[in-house]
Amino acid sequence: MRDVGYLRVGDTAEALTAAARPGARLIAGGTELVNLLKERIEQPDLLVDISRLPLTDITVGPDGLHLGALARMSDVAAHPEVRSGYPAIAQALELSASPQLRNMATMGGNLMQRTRCPYFRADHDLPCNKRRPGSGCSAIDGDHRAAAIFGASESCVATHPSDLAVALVALDAQVRTTARTLPARDLHRLPGDQPHRDTVLDHGEMILGIDVPVSPPSAYLKVRERGSYEFALVSVAVAAETSGGVIRTARAALGGVAPKPWPLDVDLAGVPLRRDELRAAIAPAFAAARPLPGSEFKIELAQRAVVRALTKPIGLMGET
Amino acid sequence: MARITVTVNGADHTDEVEPRLLLAHYLRDKLRLTGTHIGCDTTNCGACTVLCDGLPVKSCTMFAVQADGREIITVEGLATGGQLQPIQQGFKEEHGLQCGFCTPGMMVAATALLERNPDPSEEEIRWALSGNVCRCTGYVNIVKAVRWAAQAMQEQAAPEEPATRQPATEQAATR
Ligand SMILES: Cc1cc2nc3c(=O)[nH]c(=O)nc-3n(C[C@H](O)[C@H](O)[C@H](O)COP(=O)(O)OP(=O)(O)OC[C@H]3O[C@@H](n4cnc5c(N)ncnc54)[C@H](O)[C@@H]3O)c2cc1C
Ligand code: SF4
Ligand code: FES
Ligand code: FES
Repeated sequence: MRDVGYLRVGDTAEALTAAARPGARLIAGGTELVNLLKERIEQPDLLVDISRLPLTDITVGPDGLHLGALARMSDVAAHPEVRSGYPAIAQALELSASPQLRNMATMGGNLMQRTRCPYFRADHDLPCNKRRPGSGCSAIDGDHRAAAIFGASESCVATHPSDLAVALVALDAQVRTTARTLPARDLHRLPGDQPHRDTVLDHGEMILGIDVPVSPPSAYLKVRERGSYEFALVSVAVAAETSGGVIRTARAALGGVAPKPWPLDVDLAGVPLRRDELRAAIAPAFAAARPLPGSEFKIELAQRAVVRALTKPIGLMGET
Repeated sequence: MARITVTVNGADHTDEVEPRLLLAHYLRDKLRLTGTHIGCDTTNCGACTVLCDGLPVKSCTMFAVQADGREIITVEGLATGGQLQPIQQGFKEEHGLQCGFCTPGMMVAATALLERNPDPSEEEIRWALSGNVCRCTGYVNIVKAVRWAAQAMQEQAAPEEPATRQPATEQAATR
């Protein structure tokens, strides 16, 4: 790991000034950044430690849920009112990473984590446009089981790994930064011909918090190769109001299928909570899927996951 | 260089460190507390688990500067006064280890579990240890070891103070 400077900041203004310097990088829990430095994926000159800023709030009020950027994954997941009112968020967090990591990792850092594409993370030089722009993409003709089926480009087919981000999109959350407030669904960007840029945030822009409006019953279903401590092959977050076995309103987002949380843009109002009707209703959203040979299975898997998330008792999700 | 003061197993240490120094290396190389193992480069194995302000964290994925002002407990801090803690005894009694490489991390993570939940089920134990990988035991005896410790701690606690849950380290000190 290359030598690097370190500055622990005492307030947001100081953080902004320091983070604006070229070569500066924010560090919160460090559970992602330390790895990016170890692998030399990022080689900043200065670490701006924001971990002691008072941005750890978890508050539930009549207008919804507010999470400070530095609230820890473990604290948010364990919060009784998050568990009862926003179970998709609690479940997405609890099913992420491991206990030790959740004890350090923060909301802001989770959203800003980078892809787990094995070529991007490789400890020797392999073509990867996200890591070394212009070098090519090893995944397209290589191991792309984890690749995106939506929103990929010829330069990059990687998926975004955050479970939290998927839940936030289904719950229509907003992300507050030092420069703006934007819908969670607009935070991450599609690769196009600039796959090295994961989000729309500018250099030095800092996430301050997340605002989630009052939510209908919600759930998070994560499908992965083993029962714990693994990233999603496919995941789905749903927030739905139902009555008499029929959906009144539903919002869903998929993880593991795109470079960003992928909103399921179909209107499910009036659809009965039965497998065949649900399959028919969501099918149009999958017509746009463009898988690679190795990731084609995700089209079927994702549809089954959506149906299962909607038909299992809402709020009791998580056990895969 | 940055100046840090870290409380490790109850003793304060003030040192000048490079910001890129990992906490695991600080503990092992600077403080010579080599019970904290490093088993991977990818934040996966959990051999490096220590407690930071009472919570298990991976010391290989944390810079020493991040521990400034924090209280760290390593595996060396579990036993007090030459007396093995129930969790250590449990691993011995139930053969919770073979090569022993994962054991410090397992015991530290299990210690945090038992402080929070003195009577964990098998599932709760497996969930709490899901960030710790063992290549030898198949986990069955590790789960038994934690159950053994839970029972031992409850038996110890029962005669004197039935309802209180004391942290394991304090319990030993007051025993
Ligand atoms: C083995 C392993 C398994 C994992 N499994 C999962 C999983 O299943 N699901 C999942 O979702 N995640 C998973 N993760 C990722 C983990 O959740 C992230 O490492 C963690 O959330 C990052 O948070 P942090 O506070 O430690 O971020 P840091 O490492 O401190 O920062 C990460 C990035 O975010 C930036 N950043 C931090 N805070 C802010 C802010 N406030 N504003 C703007 N930028 C900021 C940093 O500059 C850095 O680029 C896993 C990680 C590991 C190592
Ligand atoms: S999919 Fe993206 S991250 Fe993976 S090798 Fe290709 S360019 Fe790199
Ligand atoms: S050494 Fe493997 S997780 Fe820390
Ligand atoms: S006893 Fe060998 S790795 Fe666990």
